[in-house]
Amino acid sequence: MSFRRITALLLRYLLLYRQSWTRIMEIFFWPVMDLLVWGFLTAYLLQFGYNRVPALITFLIGSMIFWDLLYRAQQSVTISFLEDVWARNLLNIFVAPVTISEFLTATFTLGVIKVLINGLVLAALAWLLYAFDVFQLGFTLIPFVLSLMLMGWAMGMFTVALIMRWGHAAEALAWGIPFLVQPLSAVFYPVSVLPAWLQPIAWALPSTYVFEGMRQVLATGQAPWQMFWWSFGLNLVYLVASAFFFRHIFTLVRRKGLLAKLGME
Amino acid sequence: MVIEVHDLVKQFNGTTAVDRLSFTAQRGEILGLLGPNGAGKTTAIQMLLGIIEPTAGSIRVFDHDIATHRQAILQRLNFSSAYVSLPQNLPVIDNLRVFARIYGVRNWREKAMGLLRLFEIDRFATRKTGQLSSGESTRLHLCKALLNDPELLLLDEPTASLDPDIADKVRKLLRRIQRERGITVLYTSHNMREIEELCDRVIFLHHGRKMAEGPPREVIAKFNQQSLEQVFIRIVRDGELQSADQKSEP
Repeated sequence: MSFRRITALLLRYLLLYRQSWTRIMEIFFWPVMDLLVWGFLTAYLLQFGYNRVPALITFLIGSMIFWDLLYRAQQSVTISFLEDVWARNLLNIFVAPVTISEFLTATFTLGVIKVLINGLVLAALAWLLYAFDVFQLGFTLIPFVLSLMLMGWAMGMFTVALIMRWGHAAEALAWGIPFLVQPLSAVFYPVSVLPAWLQPIAWALPSTYVFEGMRQVLATGQAPWQMFWWSFGLNLVYLVASAFFFRHIFTLVRRKGLLAKLGME
Repeated sequence: MVIEVHDLVKQFNGTTAVDRLSFTAQRGEILGLLGPNGAGKTTAIQMLLGIIEPTAGSIRVFDHDIATHRQAILQRLNFSSAYVSLPQNLPVIDNLRVFARIYGVRNWREKAMGLLRLFEIDRFATRKTGQLSSGESTRLHLCKALLNDPELLLLDEPTASLDPDIADKVRKLLRRIQRERGITVLYTSHNMREIEELCDRVIFLHHGRKMAEGPPREVIAKFNQQSLEQVFIRIVRDGELQSADQKSEP
């Protein structure tokens, strides 16, 4: 892998932001809107005076912030790929001496940057608007965020592979795949709420451990190390599986000429 | 030898796009790949670039097999096509900056500005690529294709969207650069006059098969025609007749 080529690709994605205020706004717009909706919803619930509502507020806002981080990590991989498809620049990239691993590393790095920026903005807004301090999670914040990022990368690789294979028809998956995972990840509610037959599926997702773990930290102040390890272990499995799937699809699309077709349509 | 293609075959779902194609290209040669739509020209170029995997046959570029030395080969060649674009929302200079960094070009700004000057589009350096006309955009693609001082240039219908005046300027400039730098060029086009003017040698493809090969004048003489365009028409029509005959055979 060449550091120079990775930074060149990263530069290409970052330059897009320098050129466009709408793109910069897009990074913040949806998360801020989500934060407002969830924040106002919980403020409304507070009017009913339920005993557990203050805890619920922290759960919901914390969950919303974490969900957005997972979503951004996945989007950084898929949207970077789609940017090149839409710009009909894909072939320029893939006929340059860029390896797939360099391309993916650049998109992963972009994900780290986006997640950090997004996380900080959301954390600041949550604190200002709802007095929610995400840093009350303390040291556990680091493995939580890292775990969500790893899962976002795995989902991103999987999604890009599907888009390579099925072309423009599969583009909607870039936004759809995360929302397929969301109800099963116990983002806004505990796994116990899910029907019994869905619970094993939920526990097979790394994100479920992060969201359950986050609630546990907020409720008890205890770091759920077992959940971290499960989450990381599963992430490792998903990352390796996604990488193999991606490689398999890449070989297939080269054989079928689909990459060239996608790059010229 | 810069390119050695031997018995290259590409089949897509049972349809043969390239059929036992063999050819070579020497250093400093401009080789034209001709044929009607669907003849297999673009598929052949894409196999040379390693983005389509051949069904059978071998491709050697710079004495290395593309299947095993793709990255090293791609570092030494470049590509431009009328069917691909550079990101429209980036300024011209930034697009060249990204590719200069990918190819590891030293003094990239100097190099990029030199190429923009050469193609007379340096005044657009800070303009967004999407604001360029198609002629300016084509010339920008050629600047990108020359950034890494390629030894081999694969040009897939590079003048397809240009008016005759700009196309003529681009051809002359390409010819000059190619002579000065000794670049090998593989060129596809539907414009037979362009091919006649530019190419040292041509290969006619029809239904993925090589129908004729040689310097333009020799090919014209061999087919008893006045121009490559007439040769093109004859090969295509004869080829269709042959195909029809084969289909009607019991």
